[in-house]
Amino acid sequence: MGHGDGRAHFYVMDYFAQQFINGISLGAIYGLIAIGYTMVYGIIGMINFAHGEIYMIGAFIALMVVVAFGIGEGGLVIVALLSALLVSMALTSLYGWVLERVAYRPLRGSQRLAALISAIGMSIALQNYVQLTQGARVKTLPPIIQGGFEFQFGDTDFIVRLSTLQIMIVLVTIALMAVFALLIARTALGRAQRACQQDQSMAALLGVNVDRTISLTFVMGAALASVAGLMVTLYYGVIDFFVGFIAGIKAFTAAVLGGIGSIPGAMLGGLLIGFTEAMWSGYFSIEYKDVATFSILVIVLIFLPTGILGTPEVEKV
Amino acid sequence: MTPLLKVSGVRTFYGAIEALRGVDIEVAEGEIVTLIGSNGAGKSTLLMTICGNPQARAGEIRFADRDITRFRTWDIVRLGIAQTPEGRRIFPRMTVLENLQMGAVANPDADFDDGVRRAFELFPVLGQRRNQSGGTLSGGEQQMLAIARALISRPKLLLLDEPSLGLAPRLARQIFAVLREINQSSGTTIFLVEQNAYHALRLCHRGYVLANGMVTLEGTGGELLENPAVQAAYLGGTGQ
Ligand SMILES: Nc1ncnc2c1ncn2[C@@H]1O[C@H](COP(=O)(O)OP(=O)(O)OP(=O)(O)O)[C@@H](O)[C@H]1O
Ligand SMILES: [Mg+2]
Repeated sequence: MGHGDGRAHFYVMDYFAQQFINGISLGAIYGLIAIGYTMVYGIIGMINFAHGEIYMIGAFIALMVVVAFGIGEGGLVIVALLSALLVSMALTSLYGWVLERVAYRPLRGSQRLAALISAIGMSIALQNYVQLTQGARVKTLPPIIQGGFEFQFGDTDFIVRLSTLQIMIVLVTIALMAVFALLIARTALGRAQRACQQDQSMAALLGVNVDRTISLTFVMGAALASVAGLMVTLYYGVIDFFVGFIAGIKAFTAAVLGGIGSIPGAMLGGLLIGFTEAMWSGYFSIEYKDVATFSILVIVLIFLPTGILGTPEVEKV
Repeated sequence: MTPLLKVSGVRTFYGAIEALRGVDIEVAEGEIVTLIGSNGAGKSTLLMTICGNPQARAGEIRFADRDITRFRTWDIVRLGIAQTPEGRRIFPRMTVLENLQMGAVANPDADFDDGVRRAFELFPVLGQRRNQSGGTLSGGEQQMLAIARALISRPKLLLLDEPSLGLAPRLARQIFAVLREINQSSGTTIFLVEQNAYHALRLCHRGYVLANGMVTLEGTGGELLENPAVQAAYLGGTGQ
């Protein structure tokens, strides 16, 4: 009996450890997407509802590049992945840039509702565009990055897996975040972005090209989303034209939870949403994992509208 | 010689409200020119219209022989115009040093380290607060920072909207002394809006009076100080 209890105890720990690992990988991805929402909101005070679709496009481009390489072995895999990363970042950024030029810039200064409707319209348009050009069926990618580590605690038969891919996801995310944080804190572009966030017309009065700064904000958000797209494609191995919608809402929830406008908040929110989803799927019902996320969104909006790291007063002119 | 800044027949609207109703003003290179007028006369609107936000609906603004009426704000200021607008407009979540760095955007050729040194010389308190965030500075310190930020780019033309507002008299006098100093030492042209009409008119070479969006009087600082209408309306009727 005592022996059995011990096994059960280890089993509980193992299971939790496994969900923890899954939660971090997932959370890193949501965090990368959430940064795009939070930065755009910070600078133009608008939710870019088409950002999820930008991420989806990033995933498609990455998948196409990897497939084009024919998924070889050894060295070629690294070349394929790096190419997918760079091509997807470049093209997805271009989509982000065009999106802002076409759908948002002409509406700047008009009512908020107009921009919101335009954003939703672009979201639907991009979904349909990918559905028409790529087909409605899911696209699959066989696992490319295999291997990993396995742990066993005590004498249970439950094995905790930490895959190479999960390690890669976390490392890439940390590296990107570090570069990104430096860029915002130390470079002229980062300062210009913060200045536009705090007082756009004053920034213009000091010589900041506000239009270009906003464009670059969309480009940066799209580039980060494309990396998330590549990693998700590798992680799950399936994508379709609709993945941007759900992932978008989750990342948006992450951004709101962390405090919209705050970049560390986006990352923190991403991790929390990733954990919630992994734990919910692990302990309750996997079918309802999205409901759990959306419940968080509602609860946060009601009880904690400024999020965890958000500033209470959002001065917008 | 053509003036550095020439505003002719400028009309500016906020929706249906006509805030400037055909304004003509000239500022020659090296001059200090003061603009006075009662609340709501359109003084701030004129300074902002020169910088293209809002844009003039009619008329022409020329700077250094260029028609800048339809330029974007950031292109205008990069030609060598700096403004400290009404309300100081310090970036609250940036340090003093970062605020000064923003002042350098308009002119990448200006020597930033030298500019900061000069700023801290003029306003030593800013040097002590260099890593403090702008939002935590006192009102007067923010005003100093706003002026220092405008000077970093070494502008040809400095537009100041009520630089002495809210400052203790001693500090206000110091600001006027600083303005005279930079005008004389580096030849910076200054166009200044002031409620503190007595000091401003004593400082300036020439002045304009704006009322209801139109220039009603102009003359040298001395002439305006002597003018009975100016004395009655803007100098408390005493000449002091
Ligand atoms: N953003 C705006 N929207 C609508 N009306 C405005 C706006 N800004 C100024 N006005 C109006 O334009 C007129 C001129 O305003 P302005 O701020 O230029 O006056 P001012 O001379 O600077 O006054 P003060 O001495 O009080 O600063 C005022 O009647 C004001 O109500
Ligand atoms: Mg004013």
